[in-house]
Amino acid sequence: MQIGKGVSSVNIRFFWELFLSFFKIGAFTFGGGHAMVPLIQKEVVDAKGWIKAEDFIDILALAQTAPGPVAANTSVFVGYKLAGIPGAIWALLGTILPSYMVILVIAIYFVRITDSAVVNAAFSGIRPAVVALIASAAINIGRMALCDLKGVGISILAFIAIAVAGIHPIPVILGSAVLGYVFFREDETSTLSNEIDCEQQDLSKD
Amino acid sequence: MTSMLFKLLFTFSKIGLFTFGGGYAMIPLLEREVVQGNKWLSMKEFVDIIAIAEVTPGPVAVNSATYVGYRMAGVLGAAFSTIGVVLPSFVIVISLASLFLRYKDTPSVKAMSGGLRAAVTAMIASATFSTAKACLGDVQDVVILGLVLFAILKMKIHPIICIFVAALLGIALWGGMMLIPGL
Repeated sequence: MQIGKGVSSVNIRFFWELFLSFFKIGAFTFGGGHAMVPLIQKEVVDAKGWIKAEDFIDILALAQTAPGPVAANTSVFVGYKLAGIPGAIWALLGTILPSYMVILVIAIYFVRITDSAVVNAAFSGIRPAVVALIASAAINIGRMALCDLKGVGISILAFIAIAVAGIHPIPVILGSAVLGYVFFREDETSTLSNEIDCEQQDLSKD
Repeated sequence: MTSMLFKLLFTFSKIGLFTFGGGYAMIPLLEREVVQGNKWLSMKEFVDIIAIAEVTPGPVAVNSATYVGYRMAGVLGAAFSTIGVVLPSFVIVISLASLFLRYKDTPSVKAMSGGLRAAVTAMIASATFSTAKACLGDVQDVVILGLVLFAILKMKIHPIICIFVAALLGIALWGGMMLIPGL
């Protein structure tokens, strides 16, 4: 992919496609950050083939080390990787525009939408579905990311640090990068072959 | 008016810059800036916004920025606050992305990304547990969770369709009960 290519008439169609994809993602992301992982993956990895499955995991990791909403960060990263800064702008616009419009309508017309029994009932159904969405992301990503014992070890440590010890995600991410450097650096050749093994079972295939 | 727009832009940039982990991590900071500091909203209105943010798509941070901005300075105010809340992360993510894309094929960065991938798995797994703890109250919840999980992982059904069906199930399961007086 070329980064920072100028805007030509051919690119305008691509930017529109990028915008539409993220608009769709933004319109159906309830429950914030992690719930949109399966949506983005379906769209940019499976449907459009814009991002390779293993690159997508790296993007997710980096999106969480930056401040701000994770959904917005991920879209900026994907947009930037595909088409430089204009790509990042279109992807971000697509992600936040649906919620911008919905909130404006609510702020202007019906502030008390949360009092509606139907809305509440619908969300009683959506909430467990969001948990399932996040769980499916964990399973899909784990299947792809954890291809040897070292990876599983780092993952278990990170899980304990976040879920049990309550440590902030940023030091955990940085610590995992250091562990990765220590564990995977020593034997470059075997790491590379490991990666190939991992790619063979990756989910873009099934 | 102009000074209000820039105040909104500045305040929400500050909130965007210091919010890590997204979503609910930013509620305390938002409360301090919007309710206590600038007194733009009452505490009651603030709680309303959190509830609205929950039932509308999009990140909580973006939702509340749009709402507060509209309340203070109309549609333009909403635009300034929303741009403010995403601006810092836009700049930071682009810097991170350009660094990463330049060095991602070097052995050191490759090795580090092995660790990063493991951490992402752990992070999303822990998000699964914390949301499950907060949302799963009864058997119906667990059934919906199981159905959606099966639909996504085994049947490869699009997540958007799953959200729709879950909303309909919610109305069927809980909406009916609300019509019966006394329940």
